[in-house]
Amino acid sequence: MQVSITVNGQPRTDEVEPRLLLAHYLREVRGLTATNIGCDTTSCGACTVVVDGLTVKSCTVLAVQTDGGQVTTLEGLAGPDGELHPVQRAFREEHGLQCGFCTPGMVMAAIGVLADNPDPSDREVREGLEGNLCRCTGYHNIVRAVQAAAKAGPAAGQVPQAQEVQA
Amino acid sequence: MIPSPFDYVRVQSVDEAVAALTEHGEDAKLLAGGHSLLPIMKLRLAVPTVLIDIGGIRDLSYVRVEGDEVAIGAGTRHHELEGDAVAAAEVPILPYVAGQVGDPQVRHRGTLGGTVAHSDPASDLPTALLALGGTVVVQGPDGRREIPITEFWLGFFETALQADELIVEVRVPRTGSAGWAYEKFTRRANDWPIVAVAAVEGRVALANMAGSVVRATATEEALARGASIEEAAALADQDTSPGADMHADQEYRRHLARLLTRRALERASGGAAATAA
Repeated sequence: MQVSITVNGQPRTDEVEPRLLLAHYLREVRGLTATNIGCDTTSCGACTVVVDGLTVKSCTVLAVQTDGGQVTTLEGLAGPDGELHPVQRAFREEHGLQCGFCTPGMVMAAIGVLADNPDPSDREVREGLEGNLCRCTGYHNIVRAVQAAAKAGPAAGQVPQAQEVQA
Repeated sequence: MIPSPFDYVRVQSVDEAVAALTEHGEDAKLLAGGHSLLPIMKLRLAVPTVLIDIGGIRDLSYVRVEGDEVAIGAGTRHHELEGDAVAAAEVPILPYVAGQVGDPQVRHRGTLGGTVAHSDPASDLPTALLALGGTVVVQGPDGRREIPITEFWLGFFETALQADELIVEVRVPRTGSAGWAYEKFTRRANDWPIVAVAAVEGRVALANMAGSVVRATATEEALARGASIEEAAALADQDTSPGADMHADQEYRRHLARLLTRRALERASGGAAATAA
């Protein structure tokens, strides 16, 4: 069936099978491969993206469920001039990664945490990221990165508006 | 993992959903948040030929006071219930337990009606609802009917819901500041409970101690006749039939049921403020 999904500000209509998962739609139909598929069982959070303002695990959402919706992936965070989103910048500065596989999902989930709570404690960050696994167990710097990003203010909890990321 | 093929139907109203269920019969499944259904479809444990998407029926999302009860729309998502001010004031166990479901991403999608309809004996919110009592309101081709919550869950993945009906609302008594507690034992932060206990005003419900969520009847009767918390909690596993898996054998689950019931009753008797801390 036909779906019209705006991804990172780019609207597009595609013909998809109803059983196509959003994670596969993003990677294989839209060619956006930052969204990783880790466990495929709603456990690891590597496929986390923002749909209509809320973080979701895209391996457990059908593409057809987001018809008419707005999806933001990691590729949609940086500004047109390459300026990093405050959470991306904080992950780099605090070295909030080891192998990097979980990082796209962690960054998206962190934005969700900061959207709900602009100044989270260590414990609140850990609870907010409980749906994301880092198989290197590099959590310490990830938590530090989220708290560093919080210092950037409300922008750290927001994804860019559609028009701002138009190519 | 990819589900097997199915036809997808999106509906905008409860009437359209009932019409679609009637048309497609037992091969159809309702899809709301999808966080119970899609995982089992990916494992091919469920192979519906038609999915009827009710996720867009936004007038099924509400929490409101109606007389002595709080009415919650079946489409209310866990994160909405978690942050709802009316629920926090009138029936505070529910937003607390909604916050114990999965992780934030899961709570952004999962719905109250979905978890009630799924009938997994390890589900958090059904355990709390069973301790509260109340009614499940369902709608089918002949209109609405009300099913007492105590009669709704029949067994593993089995409910009193007919194939052409959908859940539209859950109604629970207002408990206000009455003591309550939810004790959940898990291996990891965002996991299903190995055992969980909900306690509200002398009523006790258990997760994962039988084929569906169940009331700890012997404990409730002991409390009613004035037994101590310790005596009553020691009866919590009576008439249960817990399963065994790699995480816990039956005897360990029975031990957890007794232990967590004692903790839940102690916290509930200390008042809601202590529990919510």
